[in-house]
Amino acid sequence: MKTVTLDLDQINVRKTRVFPRDPNAAVAHDLRDELFELEAKGEIIVQRVPEPYIQVQTKFGRVKKIPIEHTWHHKSCGQCGHIPGYTTAIFWLHRQLGLDYIDPTDQTSCTGWNYYASATSNAVAQAAVMMRNFAAAYETGYFPTIHCGTSFGHYKECREQLIKHQDLRDGVRRVLDKLGKPLVIPEEIVHYSEWIHAMRHEIAQRQVFDLSHITACVHPACHYHKIVPEDAIYDWEVFGGQRTATVTGLVQALGATAADYSTWFDCCGFGFRHVLVQRDFTRSFAVQRKIQVMIMEANPDVVITHDTGCVTTLDKSQFSGKAHDYKVGVPVISDAQLAALAMGAHPFRVLQMHWHSSDWRPLMQKIGIDWEYYWQEFQEDLAAIKRGDKAGVTWQDSDTPIRTQEHVLARVPSSAAAFSKEFSMSQRLTTPVGE
Amino acid sequence: MAYRDNDKYADVPQELKQKLFDEVKADERYDDYLYGCYECGICVSACPSARFYDYSPRVIAQTMAREDLNRFYEILADDIWNCAQCFSCVRCPRQNNPGGLVTLIREVAVRNGLKETREVLQGYSRVIYKVMLKGNQVSPDMLRPDFFPDWGPWVQEFSANMREWRLAIPTDTLRGVTDAAWKTDPKTLRELYYIWYSTGNLELIQEVDPGLHGLIAEVVEEELAETEWAD
Ligand code: SF4
Ligand code: SF4
Repeated sequence: MKTVTLDLDQINVRKTRVFPRDPNAAVAHDLRDELFELEAKGEIIVQRVPEPYIQVQTKFGRVKKIPIEHTWHHKSCGQCGHIPGYTTAIFWLHRQLGLDYIDPTDQTSCTGWNYYASATSNAVAQAAVMMRNFAAAYETGYFPTIHCGTSFGHYKECREQLIKHQDLRDGVRRVLDKLGKPLVIPEEIVHYSEWIHAMRHEIAQRQVFDLSHITACVHPACHYHKIVPEDAIYDWEVFGGQRTATVTGLVQALGATAADYSTWFDCCGFGFRHVLVQRDFTRSFAVQRKIQVMIMEANPDVVITHDTGCVTTLDKSQFSGKAHDYKVGVPVISDAQLAALAMGAHPFRVLQMHWHSSDWRPLMQKIGIDWEYYWQEFQEDLAAIKRGDKAGVTWQDSDTPIRTQEHVLARVPSSAAAFSKEFSMSQRLTTPVGE
Repeated sequence: MAYRDNDKYADVPQELKQKLFDEVKADERYDDYLYGCYECGICVSACPSARFYDYSPRVIAQTMAREDLNRFYEILADDIWNCAQCFSCVRCPRQNNPGGLVTLIREVAVRNGLKETREVLQGYSRVIYKVMLKGNQVSPDMLRPDFFPDWGPWVQEFSANMREWRLAIPTDTLRGVTDAAWKTDPKTLRELYYIWYSTGNLELIQEVDPGLHGLIAEVVEEELAETEWAD
């Protein structure tokens, strides 16, 4: 038998081949055509993506519009309830960039976590919950941005089912009519991590902490890139366009190393019902198939992901892994928290790192953040709250970064050039997709 | 030896198995989720639950495609609760969605109040209560050391400081809220209750947990009495 030998460079060249996408030849068609047809028939209203927006490529080349501002934030119950620094970081980024947004109280969760855990609901109820939230956003004139990966995936699936099935539309219409609400479907369903991806150069321009010596492993969230997969962002410059660019694109834009590992496609082990009532599966999977593999293959300083369940599962499961002598001990945060951290967000008032249990202190030290100083400051906030001298921590306490660009530029003049080399937002907006 | 004891539910009448199978097939999403099955196992290679349980998305797709009623009933009673609903199996080259089939089969199991389903969901009631009445799946006050002992000393530290930690969050809708994930308008919650009420979602809970249904229905009916929506 003849043996063929390829050298490493040849393999790498093959791996980095670009596969241009032609949306007209894609296996999945553009759902928006049907949305606009339904609108023309008077069945629904399609809420348009407000300007300004950034155009990005999706898996098969369809161009997706990501609104920069005037957004209505569909929060995540798992993030707000158990990882509040996640939600807070998203809003903090908007505030730093001076972008207009609404943090609504007229919002319920998608209730999809429960649906995927227990199925104690049905298709009409699930679609009606989504449409009530979309109507609430529409009434404000702001465009929905979805914080939770499960809400994002679930809503995309509900949207597809609503478009396909007249019965379902009629069932939902009966409910919303009674509530006096219109049937509105947004032109795009946008996940906040897509906004971060689209804004990553803008974020990098405002970076005040150097991350070039930091290695991160990225866990792409299942419900982001596996449900209605053709709608996820892919970019030729990230893994040759062979997996979603969301999150990894940010890590690279911030100058950190996004390290590959063999189980990147695996889920985190969350399992929806498992994380609440059958955690032996969740713990085992998270530690054995994800964290330990990442550590053995890439030894990251941090794990970055973009969904509620993934942060919780990968972070909280490590404690029991330690008891079994598995290789664990790496902090887990969201892309929003990483972006905010790079831009100088307070580690406790904004990032709320005390809600994370895997040890984040070595990461802070490596980046050069004197976390003990800020912890002390935060302890004083808590003491004042306890005494009744302070009603709570506010944006006023939290908006100012712990380090500013003036500070960086004064100390490291060479970075000024690096900042000015980045595209400005207006240039990005006029840059054709794919260039 | 057979891979499985296919007689585990031999005492369940075939007519009932057929009725439940037909109920799954009647769901309008069914045709979008199953196109046949190559029996290639690509879904299994990506499936987290297949690594830790006697569970296979290939078997789900294959059983439904073959209309094997006995194996279907085992899936309905037992297998479905192993699925992690991650949808890694949509890698399927036949364009199947085995995880989606599991969702549909679970719905039928719940709707028919199967004994096995009621047992599986027993420990889960407090979550259903929270999601239906607060519109949030989880809240800070659910992070209790007795529920999450495997999350280590962090849970104790959190529990001891919950009030102050929640007040120390700058996001306005989160600050100080401990029994839900964020502040929700009373009108918004009433609208949600109307959705549960008008779509048959309350009756579903009656099938799996009558006690829980009573608690939820009381709040929902009382709140809806304040509106003009409920007939
Ligand atoms: S959705 Fe269920 S069947 Fe599919 S890969 Fe995930 S755990 Fe396996
Ligand atoms: S469901 Fe799809 S991936 Fe799984 S065995 Fe059948 S054809 Fe293969």
